Amino acid sequence: MRKDSNFFILVGTIGLFVCINIFLMASGKLPFSFDGFGVILGVGLTLAIYSFLYKDNPAFKIAENLYVGVSLGYTIIITWFNFLKPDLYDPLIVPMFSKAATKAPQYALIIPSMLGIFMLLRFSRKLSWLSRWTFAFVVGLGAGVSIPRVISAFILEQTKPSLHPVFSGGETIFSSINTVLILLGVISVLIYFIFSVEHKGTIGTVSKIGIWFLMISFGASFGYTVMGRLSLLIGRIQFLLRDWLGILQ
Amino acid sequence: MERLLRIDRRIIFAIITIAVIVSLVLRFELPIPASEPVLGIYKKIESLPKGSHVMIAFDYDPASKEELQPMAVAFLHHCFRRDLKVIGMTHYPGAPGLAEQAMTSVANQYQKKHGEDYAFLGYKPGSASLIINMGENLYSAFPKDFYGNDTTTLPVLQGIDSLREIDFLFDLAAGTTIETWIAFGKEKYRFELGAGCTAVMGPDMYPFLQSKQLIGLLGGLKGAAEYEALVGKKGSAVIGMRPQSVVHVIIIIFVIFGNIIYFISKR
Amino acid sequence: MNFLKRTIPLIIAFVMGILMAMQYYVPHKLSQDLLEVVSKWDRIIAGFAVFIGAYSLLHLHWTRIKRKVEGWGYSVFVYFGAIITLFFGFLNGGKFFWNDKQEGTMFDWLYYYIQVPAGATIFSILAFFIASAAYRTFRARTNESTVLLIAAVIVMLGRVPIGNYISQYIPAVADWIMAVPNLAAKRGILLGVSLGAIATSLKIIFGIERSYLGGGD
Repeated sequence: MRKDSNFFILVGTIGLFVCINIFLMASGKLPFSFDGFGVILGVGLTLAIYSFLYKDNPAFKIAENLYVGVSLGYTIIITWFNFLKPDLYDPLIVPMFSKAATKAPQYALIIPSMLGIFMLLRFSRKLSWLSRWTFAFVVGLGAGVSIPRVISAFILEQTKPSLHPVFSGGETIFSSINTVLILLGVISVLIYFIFSVEHKGTIGTVSKIGIWFLMISFGASFGYTVMGRLSLLIGRIQFLLRDWLGILQ
Repeated sequence: MERLLRIDRRIIFAIITIAVIVSLVLRFELPIPASEPVLGIYKKIESLPKGSHVMIAFDYDPASKEELQPMAVAFLHHCFRRDLKVIGMTHYPGAPGLAEQAMTSVANQYQKKHGEDYAFLGYKPGSASLIINMGENLYSAFPKDFYGNDTTTLPVLQGIDSLREIDFLFDLAAGTTIETWIAFGKEKYRFELGAGCTAVMGPDMYPFLQSKQLIGLLGGLKGAAEYEALVGKKGSAVIGMRPQSVVHVIIIIFVIFGNIIYFISKR
Repeated sequence: MNFLKRTIPLIIAFVMGILMAMQYYVPHKLSQDLLEVVSKWDRIIAGFAVFIGAYSLLHLHWTRIKRKVEGWGYSVFVYFGAIITLFFGFLNGGKFFWNDKQEGTMFDWLYYYIQVPAGATIFSILAFFIASAAYRTFRARTNESTVLLIAAVIVMLGRVPIGNYISQYIPAVADWIMAVPNLAAKRGILLGVSLGAIATSLKIIFGIERSYLGGGD
């Protein structure tokens, strides 16, 4: 009985969706074109995904899996046109095999290409060890490049404003208090994250202050997260009301 | 009383949906004053002389489109109206379609031509390495633009060798790219940096605003709405502030109501 | 063999790490050229990583189809979506993939009308769950959670235009929360994470951290 009712809900919803689209196309609100059908497809997927809110169902799963497949295809094609073609195929492969090429092949590109192919050998049982060379190159390079830049951009640049003088002329009493509060907050949060020292006595009190700062910060983050997720929903409903039904301008 | 806490969550879903639809359909004006971080970006663009180079990093994909695309559009309006040269690129493979759509649609409204007034360089993998590569030599990082044109021949890029010559870089970020631009780009190549980000990331950016590593920030749809209002191009972000306000109030009522029931039932 | 499998990777990581860390302090043309070349190589290698992700995803769904696990039929749609997108992408509006990318093709259509709406919608679903969670579980059980709750409520009101209507102080307090306690906590976290990142980088360079080598000998 319940299966029947689910079936009727599904068929009824699809029927209603088809009727609305026929009406929209007949009335000229949706163009009878590729773009018009594109909007219908987009709306169909949007509604199929929202149907999950009622309960998990095949329409949602189909939309979700189709999205994953198309995204994967798009990523591969964009990677070809934006990366492999201009960075490897055009400067290396084409000049090597085409007599009409005007530029000499950039043979140096063979090295990163080989390292890239070594990385793909991760899936080979016999040769997966070669991928370690690539990972070592990438990880070593990343570590070396990061150390001076992180020290400069995140540690020194972030420490500087925290150590701003409380009174250097022209501040209000509030901004001076805020300067002290920020310093207190930064130190107490850092102390809270030091787990190698037992949080007792002064350390315990300071780390407790750190927790309060963190809680206010998490509250702010929660507020912003609500805001962000709602913005996405508002955007989708604007799409339905404006691009599909033509209610919004 | 406790039964009220266990209501079918679909009732909550329905309330939210209806609130969004009604507040979108009913028209009422809300003031959208610009905040300091948003003004930081606006003033920077106003201060740039004609022909200055602005780079936009479209570092987002469809998942964050509803927050960041309105920002991109409003910011592009401002740049093209001020006759600035715009260069677009992205770290996200899912972004090129959205970036291209935003750039071409706004550029057409100002009769700007690709290659002369603006360029879209497309997507490249590499993240930090890509930024360093751009910082050392832009043409080594992007030998071709999104459409396959040789970048060395693009008039819009004249006078630009690397990130050092960029007058302002604006990162529209859905992930951690702002930090990457700061550490691997701005730190060494010393360009002015501003950002637009999803609301979820907004609070994490405040340390960079105070340290002036970011000269301004558009946070979430609210930031986009403020920018739309500033440039006089009220669009989906400004309209979105109506349901945003209403639903925030509803959620706060939910929280207060839920807590009242919780404490009453605890007694 | 052990030398090729273990020692060489450790040497590569050490040499690259030391070289690139030192490079930062040497503003010589040679040093800058090295940085340009190496950063280009690194981003080319990163491009290949896309195919690792693609293979993993397709392999996962292929296994589901092959073993006919529950719901395997949905995995067929992953292949269907990927194959039509790849087909139209390589077809490139009839100009084929070895030419520059054409505009306004079926490939773009699939992006604008499948990937964009579906991607944006999937993530917007969280709005409903966060609203439901706010009602059902967001409780002022302890002093700390009360502080969190109050901060969240003030920020939520202060960050939308309606907050101005209720009281002009709400946006001001929200601004203060963001610019003082929030900033301090986020800076503390940032400094902590940065110190951790530097320590990990040093461990990698000196071969103490070897997890990137993976398992096996």
